[in-house]
Amino acid sequence: MATTMQRVRFTFLDHMIKQPVIYRMGHDFDVVTNIRRADVQEGVGWVILEVEGELEEIERGLDWVRSLGVRVDPALGDLIEP
Amino acid sequence: MVNVAALRCKECSREYPIGAFNVCDFCFGPLEVVYDMDAIADIASRERIMSGPNSLWRYADFLPAEYNPLVDINAGFTPLIRSRALAERLGLEELWIKNDSVNPSYSFKDRVVAVAAAKALEFGFETLACASTGNLACAVAAHAARAGMKAYVFIPSDLEAGKVLGAAIYNPTMVAVNGSYDDVNRLCSELADQYQWAFVNINVRPFYADGSKTLGYEVAEQLGWRAPAHVVAPSASGAMFTKIYQGLKEFEYTGIIDKVETRMHCAQARGCSPIATAYEEGRFVIRPVKPATIAKSLGIGNPADGYYALKTIEASDGSAVIAEEHEVAEGIKLLAQTEGIFTEGAGGVAIAGLKRLVERGEIQPDEPTVVYITGNGLKTTEIVSDVVNPILIESTVSAFEQSVGVKA
Repeated sequence: MATTMQRVRFTFLDHMIKQPVIYRMGHDFDVVTNIRRADVQEGVGWVILEVEGELEEIERGLDWVRSLGVRVDPALGDLIEP
Repeated sequence: MVNVAALRCKECSREYPIGAFNVCDFCFGPLEVVYDMDAIADIASRERIMSGPNSLWRYADFLPAEYNPLVDINAGFTPLIRSRALAERLGLEELWIKNDSVNPSYSFKDRVVAVAAAKALEFGFETLACASTGNLACAVAAHAARAGMKAYVFIPSDLEAGKVLGAAIYNPTMVAVNGSYDDVNRLCSELADQYQWAFVNINVRPFYADGSKTLGYEVAEQLGWRAPAHVVAPSASGAMFTKIYQGLKEFEYTGIIDKVETRMHCAQARGCSPIATAYEEGRFVIRPVKPATIAKSLGIGNPADGYYALKTIEASDGSAVIAEEHEVAEGIKLLAQTEGIFTEGAGGVAIAGLKRLVERGEIQPDEPTVVYITGNGLKTTEIVSDVVNPILIESTVSAFEQSVGVKA
């Protein structure tokens, strides 16, 4: 299967900020992560990164990230507009 | 158009040649159009603007696309109305209503799509596309119809068909996607990468967004070449809000109007208020939310320009305000019943927000204020369906007088 790339934004709240989520995603799933920009403040933080791999594996990885309580969104905001 | 210099990353400031892309390769920041403002200042004048068409293209010198009659459906140059009854009700001496609900497809989205579509033709695209649940779909389909372009509109499969009738009438290819909003987002992102289409709010977004600058220019012109003290505008992605201010500042820079001291106030509904909540909490990090508001046209939970909207508030010493959900319908009714303008949920949010800003003392009675009404009420009649209560009578004069309580 061909590899693909997704640009996503993780938003971390409170306690999740201290967790090595991106490291574990790259370790436990067959994807390559590449952080491009981030901003972490007290109580909330976000990271914009590229995730590369097979689509199904990326989806599995992102689902796992969501299951931890981290919000996953398109890097450039919602593309669906009212 | 000679006045367009480059695309530039809003985050790292890297510059790119003009093209159909919207993301910085390095930091994934959004790109924006950079203008040669001094070149614009050399040619722009009030007279030149006033001699232009009665549409947003009268500001062509400030826009990133050439006017093209093939795609023009006459968006923009909508009425700015001096409010009497609403102003009196709110205790304001100079309130103006920018009624953008009377655009060709009945929302401000005609402005952004007008510019995106004109640019798409310049780039040689034959297809316009978008993912939308409402106003944007209408504007894209209408402009494509006019230009003889193909149109693809992607909608979530659980959306009621009636919501997109206003777009379907123009006969785009409408694709209902099974899955969550995230799935539709992802699919459209992939399609935008793979197809030679102008996805108006993706690969031509830098040009698309600048269509909203005309909301700033127009108000300044219609106020007699001055900026108001306050702007109150509803906000979803935050793009329109930031571009109104950019438009005013560009008029200032080019000498079209005097110094701009406008305070920008962003209004959102309680059920989807990521920008206003960040403002209230005093931070610049947007926490995305799942939209749950009856003001559907403001339902963007992860606003692309939310951060920039917050920066606009900061730069203009403005504020943000949250309308409670029950105030949305009240705002719609208040505007209709005082000014004769029927708006959708976003307009209700703007009016409710304006009311709160006056109550808070953010807006003083003697300060010229403009409130933006960006969409038409006939699109969302279900919000205010309780107003239909006819008095049922028998067909006699006495029955009429008795039931209605009047006497000849």
